[in-house]
Amino acid sequence: MSVARRNRRLRRAAVWLGLCLCALLFLAPFAWMVSTSLKPLDETMLLPMKWFPGKIQWHNYTEAIEAMGDFWLYAWNTFYLCVITVAGTLLSSALAAYGFSRIEWRGRDKVFLLALATMMIPFPVIMVPHYSLFKALGWIGTFKPLWVPAFFAGAFNVFLLRQFFMTIPKDLSEAARIDGCSEIRIFWQIILPLAKPALLVVGLFQFMYTWNDFLGPLIYLTDNKDFTLALGLQEYQSQGGGTEWHYLMAASTLVILPVLALFFATQRYFIEGVATTGAKN
Amino acid sequence: MTAMEGKRLRIGLLFIGPWIFGFLLLSVYPVVASLYFSLCDYSVLSRPVFIGWQNYGDLVFDELFWKSLYNTIVYASLLIPLGFLVSFALALMLNFDLRGKGVFRAVIFLPSLVPMVCLAVIWRWMLNGEFGLVNTLISPLATFLNAWIGTDFQPPSWLQEAVYAKLGLVLASLWCVGNAVVIYLAGLQDVPRHLYEAAEIDGANFWHKTRHITIPVVSPVIYFNSIMALIGAFQVFAVPYVMMRGGNGPDGIGGPDRSLLFISTYIYQNAFDYWNMGYACAIGLILFLVILGLTLLATKISANRVYYAGS
Repeated sequence: MSVARRNRRLRRAAVWLGLCLCALLFLAPFAWMVSTSLKPLDETMLLPMKWFPGKIQWHNYTEAIEAMGDFWLYAWNTFYLCVITVAGTLLSSALAAYGFSRIEWRGRDKVFLLALATMMIPFPVIMVPHYSLFKALGWIGTFKPLWVPAFFAGAFNVFLLRQFFMTIPKDLSEAARIDGCSEIRIFWQIILPLAKPALLVVGLFQFMYTWNDFLGPLIYLTDNKDFTLALGLQEYQSQGGGTEWHYLMAASTLVILPVLALFFATQRYFIEGVATTGAKN
Repeated sequence: MTAMEGKRLRIGLLFIGPWIFGFLLLSVYPVVASLYFSLCDYSVLSRPVFIGWQNYGDLVFDELFWKSLYNTIVYASLLIPLGFLVSFALALMLNFDLRGKGVFRAVIFLPSLVPMVCLAVIWRWMLNGEFGLVNTLISPLATFLNAWIGTDFQPPSWLQEAVYAKLGLVLASLWCVGNAVVIYLAGLQDVPRHLYEAAEIDGANFWHKTRHITIPVVSPVIYFNSIMALIGAFQVFAVPYVMMRGGNGPDGIGGPDRSLLFISTYIYQNAFDYWNMGYACAIGLILFLVILGLTLLATKISANRVYYAGS
């Protein structure tokens, strides 16, 4: 028995060490990024490399912001798009998820399967028709192609919210209906308040998605003044900043930082949200 | 249909109204339009002109198309199995419930939050042949191996060499397995304890239990994650696009020997660099068919192997 127990302890210690090693490997690119972002340019090309800069160059950050052009404008554009897409997604997805879970109507589950099927359509496939549609509307070079679709309930978010809505007991709605409550009031005053954690998760996912989106802004935005951070960073590195590693890493750090901060502030919900995306079956 | 049923149908449709609108305009119409455009000469600036199957005919003789398809398949067949091994192993380790589990999980998850553009920029620097961290880490190993078994392995300049460029991209993609890890971990935690206890009584060790209990029970999750990985890998765009337009100029699209030219980057290039929209749609539909076919294939293969507790 004691041999078995010692083996078990040894195994746990080995796994723990393995996890430590993996954690270091996963953190290394971040550490490398921050370390580079604080070095003078010549020190980034030093052999053998050093983790700690000889003299910490905080001003790399201000200079990277300068080098990127309208950094603060890009940041504002990105933030603006994030807020408006989060609002649109929450409203439209919650409505659709409610219709797909809390009201019984004929053919509902078949239509829902159709909704799930749209998740299979790869964006590159419909990219051209989207572009020509928005072009016909005169929306190319505006923010509209990037936020208007958020108001039409993406299937993934509907799916997540529906999963959650289905866990709320039916009796709650039935009781309210007997009291003469309208469906929209049940939705707004009973279901939505109960679904706050799920709404938070969907809102977070959408925020991250918009913040990170590259292909959308790349296609639709034409004027530098409208660029998002992701597009601005790409523009900077492809227009001659491609080897200014200290600036590139400082700029990357600045673009990543808000996302990481948001993640740490909401970690519990976030991780749970990701975990439920796999619970489809 | 009773009056009650009719009323419920109306209200139900009202609630999903925004979705229906989006479904028709942003999913159904684009797929149909894409089919039509793929049979047209279309530059967006002028009206589409019907040309029949010509775009598809051109595809057959387009070396770059085949190259992009080949590259995408190679990338996917490297990334999907490797991604599974890495993420599943990490999830198994996290499932030991050791001290600091929350911290480990957060650290492993973090990279999947990094915006694609940043990811590409960071990994261009990580994979830099002279000063990159990857080579800094493997060069002592290479020296050791060379001295030991007399090979002559030099750390490569990753993104400058055709074969290594793809491996470098796979490496960068593996950094982002955190999402899959979290989903696997949730699946592992749902495995009923009593199954393990019963097996332990029969003298099963860790590998037996993993092979005969854990993997069958979480097989639906493995299936789900693999399909997601497949769809993701076949659409890879932002990272190779950014990696290859950084400092290399637009001529560098696809990198050395066009090793990083993928279907999605090729669609983009045709649509928005050459304004060859009809041709881009044709490639897009091929991509769709490939993904659909592989998904169905995976579903068929796994049909007898995926275990659903309910059925």
